[in-house]
Amino acid sequence: MLYYSLKRLGLAVAIVSVAMLLLFTMIYLIPGDPAAVALGPRATEAMREALRIKMGLDQPVWIQFWNFFVNAWQGDLGNEVLSDRPVAKVVMEQLPATLALIAGGMVWSVALGIPLGCWTAVKRGGMADRIVGVFSVAVIAVPSFVVAIYALLIFAVTLRWLPAIGAGEPGDLGDQLVHLILPSLAVGIGWVGYIARLVRASMLEVLEASHIRTARAFGLPDRQVTYRYALTIAILPTVTLLGVGIGQMLSSAVFAEIVFARPGVGKLVYDAILTRNYPLVTGAVLVTTVLFILINLIADLVVGYLDPRVRSRL
Amino acid sequence: MNVLEIQDLNVTFATEGGPLHALRNVSFDVPEHRIVGVVGESGCGKSTLINAILGLLADNGQVDSGRILFGDHDLTRLGPLEMQSLRGLRISTVFQDPMGALNPVISVGRQMLHIQYRSDLGRSEKNARSVKMLRRVRIPDPESALDRYPHEFSGGMKQRIAIAMALMMEPALLIADEPTTALDATLEVATIELLQDLQAQIGCSVLFISHHLGVIAELCDDVVVMYAGEVVERGTTRELFHDPRHPYTERLLRCDPAGQSGRTRHLPTIPGEVPDLRVRPAGCIFAARCHRYEGICDTVPPEVGAGGHRARCHRVTP
Ligand SMILES: Nc1ncnc2c1ncn2[C@@H]1O[C@H](COP(=O)(O)OP(=O)(O)OP(=O)(O)O)[C@@H](O)[C@H]1O
Ligand SMILES: [Mg+2]
Repeated sequence: MLYYSLKRLGLAVAIVSVAMLLLFTMIYLIPGDPAAVALGPRATEAMREALRIKMGLDQPVWIQFWNFFVNAWQGDLGNEVLSDRPVAKVVMEQLPATLALIAGGMVWSVALGIPLGCWTAVKRGGMADRIVGVFSVAVIAVPSFVVAIYALLIFAVTLRWLPAIGAGEPGDLGDQLVHLILPSLAVGIGWVGYIARLVRASMLEVLEASHIRTARAFGLPDRQVTYRYALTIAILPTVTLLGVGIGQMLSSAVFAEIVFARPGVGKLVYDAILTRNYPLVTGAVLVTTVLFILINLIADLVVGYLDPRVRSRL
Repeated sequence: MNVLEIQDLNVTFATEGGPLHALRNVSFDVPEHRIVGVVGESGCGKSTLINAILGLLADNGQVDSGRILFGDHDLTRLGPLEMQSLRGLRISTVFQDPMGALNPVISVGRQMLHIQYRSDLGRSEKNARSVKMLRRVRIPDPESALDRYPHEFSGGMKQRIAIAMALMMEPALLIADEPTTALDATLEVATIELLQDLQAQIGCSVLFISHHLGVIAELCDDVVVMYAGEVVERGTTRELFHDPRHPYTERLLRCDPAGQSGRTRHLPTIPGEVPDLRVRPAGCIFAARCHRYEGICDTVPPEVGAGGHRARCHRVTP
């Protein structure tokens, strides 16, 4: 397990480095002079030149990349244009809200998707199976911002059960959780569908396996066979899918944060693009990328923990 | 005393083309301390027979009539929970596929622990028992084997672990569904000898399913020959191999170039095909392929009487 973990970790570091290179290339290739953009049309040439030197834009490109690379690994993503505060600090301030939103979305999708998938596999072909099937396809097909808007209209505006906007009082955990319910539902509901379908399919496959027949022939109770012997195997593709799905959840988090007027990285990037605050955009994208890779790393480690075959193969 | 008595068992599967009569009037006994072999071509209903005994028929399968007597119970009448309480404890099973027979994500020791859930022993005593069973099936270093996972063992070892698990609770009846078909010849011989030893030690009866006449001749006391869901002949191994009465058995033995030496791995081929079990002929099921066919075979189904060496054939006067 240690060897497997180290290997995965090394791979993650390599991927982050490549992501940095790509991101740097992208900024470099964007037409226009960053200094000019940052300072606006009324700045003098001398001011632009000074900023260029401060930003290191007069250096050869590989030195620029090297500086960016070294600084980024040390957590220094430069300063943002508007207030000149460190980008890393600004992004980190917003990160917890987004993390909470995504974690909430995951809780929804796992807490509903896995039992639904498992249940429909055990009762395959029945009425419940068909209803859940239609429901799954429906929630997969509907974009999350539509869910967000409808959830807002129904539960917040019409029924007034839940708050409509904001992230809740800072320091008041209960209030923050209540504010999290609707946005995280909007982020996670599509994944309920994916996970229910995936768990159902892999559960059906595993239930046909000969070791399940053996377990039954040894007289193990049905519940143990279903949950301990079958589900632990059927869950593996879902863990991997969730790791990848985090990318999509991050992008639906942008919508949810705007619709529900929540603070967060998505809202931050949105505002930064509108104000052409490029260092902030770059920094936020880099942080999200690292987050994505980190969560995939965790998913890989969880799969390795659950499946001894994976552990010993790699 | 018989451990298991199967009486006039009929099993059908609901299929798109209508009901498929997979077992028809199957009767035979498994006496105490004996090894009974069931032999027949692929698709003749061997696995269906086992699943019917275990109460693990597929959802579309059902026992239409007949009895499966095990001790005081008629297994066809037991509910799912009562069946579950017999499985693994009084009736245990080893299946064909050693590669997939064990759960890949649960350690061997834990799986063996789970099987003992009905025992009153403490955890360490259960583990000690697992080690003892693994040693009995000659797994090297059984203590450390408990912490390992199935993929860390070879196919032959996995099959021996599966046998250890099946015999864990010292069942009265061990069912083995082609346990050696997937193994190579050397391992096959070793596994057969192991089964023989363990059967003698534990004193259980064995219902042994095989394609392989040589293995049956070697291992079994009694033989049941099945064809297209029917028992066509049954008797002691000696009777059957020296005095085959049903034309099907005759052909099987005659076609087998190695005779009873045990070198052929599969049943010899007999011209013609197994009939479609959805449309059973009015007369004898083997008539179309029989070299001793006569007029009556097409119209009147032959019956097989009770006891002794019997064949389901008009040419054999009971
Ligand atoms: N669930 C099912 N639904 C429909 N037909 C089935 C089902 N299970 C088995 N059958 C049919 O019942 C017959 C007997 O099958 P069974 O698996 O018992 O044969 P077998 O003797 O074990 O064959 P093999 O030696 O290949 O394992 C076959 O014709 C098979 O197609
Ligand atoms: Mg079979």
